[in-house]
Amino acid sequence: MSQASSPQLTPVLLVLGDEELLVSRAVADAAARAKVVDPDTEVREFDASTLLPGELAGLLSPSLFGGNRVAVLRGGQDAKKDLVAVILDYVKAPDPDVTLVITHAGGAKGKAFADSLVKAGAEVVPAAKLSKHRDRVDFVTAEFRRLGGKCGNDAAEALIEAVGHDLRELAAACSQLVADTGGRVDVATIGRYYKGKAEVSGFTVSDAAVAGDVPAALEALRWALHAGVDPVPIADALADGVRTVARVASAGRGSAFQLASTLGMPAWKIEKAQRQARGWTPEGLVAAMQAAAVCNADVKGGAEDRGYALERTIMAFAAARQGGAK
Amino acid sequence: MTIVSGVDVFAHLVGQPEAVASLRAAASGTGMTHAWLFTGPAGSGRSVAARSFAAALQCVSKPVGCGTCRGCHMVQTGNHPDVRFVVPEGLSIPVALMRELVMRAATTPATGRWQILIVEDADRLTEAAGNALLKAVEEPPERTVFLLCAPSDHPDDVPLTIRSRCRVVTLRQPSPDAVADLLMSRDGIPAELAAMVASAAQGHVGRARRLARDPEARTRRAAVLAVPRQLSSVGAAFDAANGLISAAEAESDAATAEIDAVERAEMETALGAGGTGKGAAGAVRGAAGQLKELERRQKSRATRAQRDALDRALLDLAGFYRDVLANQWAAPVRAIHSDVHAVAQAAAERWSPESTLRRLEAVMQCRTAIDANVKPRIAVEAMMLSLWKG
Repeated sequence: MSQASSPQLTPVLLVLGDEELLVSRAVADAAARAKVVDPDTEVREFDASTLLPGELAGLLSPSLFGGNRVAVLRGGQDAKKDLVAVILDYVKAPDPDVTLVITHAGGAKGKAFADSLVKAGAEVVPAAKLSKHRDRVDFVTAEFRRLGGKCGNDAAEALIEAVGHDLRELAAACSQLVADTGGRVDVATIGRYYKGKAEVSGFTVSDAAVAGDVPAALEALRWALHAGVDPVPIADALADGVRTVARVASAGRGSAFQLASTLGMPAWKIEKAQRQARGWTPEGLVAAMQAAAVCNADVKGGAEDRGYALERTIMAFAAARQGGAK
Repeated sequence: MTIVSGVDVFAHLVGQPEAVASLRAAASGTGMTHAWLFTGPAGSGRSVAARSFAAALQCVSKPVGCGTCRGCHMVQTGNHPDVRFVVPEGLSIPVALMRELVMRAATTPATGRWQILIVEDADRLTEAAGNALLKAVEEPPERTVFLLCAPSDHPDDVPLTIRSRCRVVTLRQPSPDAVADLLMSRDGIPAELAAMVASAAQGHVGRARRLARDPEARTRRAAVLAVPRQLSSVGAAFDAANGLISAAEAESDAATAEIDAVERAEMETALGAGGTGKGAAGAVRGAAGQLKELERRQKSRATRAQRDALDRALLDLAGFYRDVLANQWAAPVRAIHSDVHAVAQAAAERWSPESTLRRLEAVMQCRTAIDANVKPRIAVEAMMLSLWKG
């Protein structure tokens, strides 16, 4: 999202997606570009669900005093039929002095409108939510580059783990880091500025506990409780961890894909469980499942301290696993 | 529960001569009081006792509880204007319902001698609902009678403050013979089947009748009793747990799905669904909240039905291990599950008494755990693994 090098303005811009940060950036970018050409550019925002077709027509017609204008139409997916007709009509012959920016959530609602805009030649700026981990890492590295800094993939991963998945918070963290460190950011720097984990689920705890890694499980548990995860889903995840290992272990050897249909689990879950199953004996699994059942009662009011009940279950898992290995 | 008119109102209270005597005396004026608490094990006939007592109280002829007069008849068919029933379908009795009922209970009887409020499953009163009831029980209106029923394994579930203000009627578990006799005489069940289901139901009259009349219930019971033989590995234990849970879900679905659909359709019609014209669509949209509330109540009812079904299965299973234990000690008691006697005997030779006892404990622990709101799947899985390990 660097600034356009050519002064030629795009007459119609479609910002497609519902990631709020990316949408607001795209809109701000368009306005900034227009202001490079003409510092007196007027920027006005409208809500597509309430804007009347007549108002829009007045807005987009040539002004008596000349000058550039930027019209931002928010929530394009909510535009009514007659408004859509006026816009599509305008897009065929846009006014060169006006930049029309339309934001659209990108879902099924109003999809025909978005498609027609693209067909009519509107420039598309993608602003969809980032759902893949890879995309988030790319976002962070790109963010550092944009701010004139530099950071490797490992540092980006560390930052995401510490700050969480919210793009606005990630962007804020990037700009803070660049301002504080002068641009060169590595894992050590992030370790100095951010301690802790932002998002730990019950499954992180469960995976470590079932694998027999007590320190990691206890650490993850503390972070999860600290971050406000309710103990009940953590207890459920612990039981689920034992159940998965027990069912996979008793299914015998075989490829994860063959077992997937008989066990009714996704293949990646089976592969992970096959790795975790090493070191477990049937007796150990029985003891662990009983501990998980007690834990489930404890977190639902059976124990005074729910955090301690979970800790004790993690220790019980470790004991069950070692007891079986003897 | 089919109530046949024309016979003494207490005739359906199986094997409870002492309780019947004191209730009959109270109805004719000796030892009458304003609040009664009926306790007894599941299926012993607490609600039958309360209903019969209410009929006797409203009886207009002599001797009381004739079963033929207008008063007796109307109570038994559930139509008496001065007798109100609270039968909780969900997991608990909400305070709003209790307040409303207490207010109506305070009115003067319209036709009968008493204004009667029967609360079945009083152990399901929430704390707030219990307090609302307590105010009425503490200072009862002159002609109002409260009849509360609670299972005896949880008499503590009825708040002490209420319990202490009630006269307690304790019902005992009716003997299998008494239950079998009732099944034969009232429902015309063949003697052999009646004897089998009477002992399998462990004194629960309603359950015995269900087993005798519904072949599907017998199939489900047979599936549960087959579980101990299926536990050959850890994987098999999880499969057995899954089977038990799915069976309970299917049973509760079958029981509630039809009512749910009818209730929903009725409410939608009442709220104007399917109507045409201006504003009809808007009216239905605005009613989404009420439908959601209905769904919430239906879900609570389904959860309870599921837990009840699971509990029945667990009790059957506990009965099997009890039979094994009785076999091992050569105890002179009658087997609960007489039809799978051979399996119990084989198991008795293979297991040690200690391990049988551990298994029995595991089943009972599972019931307690589900009562304490542990996820049923987790509790049952833990139990199955214990049953496998012994």
